[in-house]
Amino acid sequence: MIQAAWIPRAIILGLFAFVIFGPLANMLLWAFTEVWYFPHKLPVEWGFGFWARVFKPRGNAMLSLNNSVVIAIFVVITCLLVSIPAGYALARGRLPWRSLILVAFLLPQAFPSVAVHINIARIFYGFGLNGTFVGVVLVHTVQGLVFSVWIATAAFSAIDRELEEAARNIGASPLRTFFTITLPMAMPGIMASAIFVFLQSLDEFTGTFFVGVPDIMTMPLLLFTASMEGNYQIASITALILLVPSVFFMLIIERFLKADVLAKVGS
Amino acid sequence: MISTATRNRERLLGLLLVSPALLTVGLLFVYPLGFSLVTAFTGEEGLWTTANFFKAFEFYSNDILFTVVIVVLSTILIGLGAIAIGGYLTLGEHPVAVAILKWLYRWPLFIPFIVAGQLMRTFLAKNGLMNNIFVSTGLLDPLQTTSFLDWRGIVITFVWKQTPFVALLVAGAMASLDRSMIEAARNLGARRFRILAEIIVPQVQPTIVIGLILSFVVMMSVLSVPMMINAQTPTMLTVDMAFRINAYGDYGVANALGFISYLMTGVVAWVYLRQGVRAGGAP
Repeated sequence: MIQAAWIPRAIILGLFAFVIFGPLANMLLWAFTEVWYFPHKLPVEWGFGFWARVFKPRGNAMLSLNNSVVIAIFVVITCLLVSIPAGYALARGRLPWRSLILVAFLLPQAFPSVAVHINIARIFYGFGLNGTFVGVVLVHTVQGLVFSVWIATAAFSAIDRELEEAARNIGASPLRTFFTITLPMAMPGIMASAIFVFLQSLDEFTGTFFVGVPDIMTMPLLLFTASMEGNYQIASITALILLVPSVFFMLIIERFLKADVLAKVGS
Repeated sequence: MISTATRNRERLLGLLLVSPALLTVGLLFVYPLGFSLVTAFTGEEGLWTTANFFKAFEFYSNDILFTVVIVVLSTILIGLGAIAIGGYLTLGEHPVAVAILKWLYRWPLFIPFIVAGQLMRTFLAKNGLMNNIFVSTGLLDPLQTTSFLDWRGIVITFVWKQTPFVALLVAGAMASLDRSMIEAARNLGARRFRILAEIIVPQVQPTIVIGLILSFVVMMSVLSVPMMINAQTPTMLTVDMAFRINAYGDYGVANALGFISYLMTGVVAWVYLRQGVRAGGAP
């Protein structure tokens, strides 16, 4: 028999589930709708017609998906290239103004970003970077640095220094020690930071909106355009495509981001 | 003196390793930020002026107020929601209910704002799923349904998207509290609501405040949600800035509005720092 205490609990959890999943359910309905008009409460015709349109080779959507993934990969590479040395130095070296340097990477996330993006676009215009891949990659890189630098710093801090010293004692050079001992051990943390940076870039809207237009179409911009045109099927399918990596990475992130690294983030 | 020389070399090497990353932030963020501040106070002839601000207030004072009300209201609701979720995860008596809540509340965490905007644009519309369900279950008459795609829609989207983030931080802080005081209060017969309000919340207050400030900044930065949810005036400052640029190329007023939005977040950060000083510890 169900206990009486479960009645209020079930009502509240049910309402909560409605609040969380209701909007998601509406997106799923639209993604598989062919025809849906008022006053019908559910789609009149279901189907995959719009999926075929989205995944048409050389279609607008495939182009945006391709752009988004290529940009995100380049953003990850750029972020890691500058963050691995920076994270190592912040974790190991006796740096002057260490905490100030750490805070500097937080700045792009600590200011309301629209006004800054407007000015980045204006400056980029002078260099011919507006509407180019390089311009968009640079904008996303700045936003991603806080994740990559902070997590890389934490990952390097969590490594036992005695292993490095042992390698040095048996005659390995500092560089060799770094590439054979330190970097492999920090890898899970760095992979986690790469995931954050990748997602951040994949989902970025504001910077691309100002710097990428009109030539660089990414998935978020396609979603926005389709939604504003009232094409809810295309918008919902795009939203679903953007959702999949987010949810997938949310599920696996705990494998990469171990508690010992997490405890050192920002310290 | 060899040790000093080594240490100096080590410092120099460290700075060298950090410099590419620092340079990136400097060139691509600090420089444009400075550019934004200067432009806000520069007139068309290149002279220093406050005219941009007069114009900004003349045209957009309603929107400034609208932005403040929306962001403050959302922040309060996010705080209450996060405390309620964290509190139940800490004090909930039934492990199954706690597990269900833990599984449920995280979903919006990694959903991008642009996707959240699209979800709500369909869900909250006059003929959206929400009203359809209310009508089907008999809660509402078809004639009573209204669209929530106005200021309420923005608040709902912000709260839906940001509460899990703050709740995650708050629940983590609550979980690491010393349980003995909570158990003692429970043994004395204190109700759970009192334990939450008088014992738990005061101890995790710094975490709550940090989470809310981060959310505040995020909400001040989002352009997609107000554009997609609220296609009318008054609207949020982010939309006004984009409009000023795209329609008029008017960088002066756009940056003046930007400056106002920096000030708003600045005030919030200042309140937080002052509170930290008053509490007698590092913030």
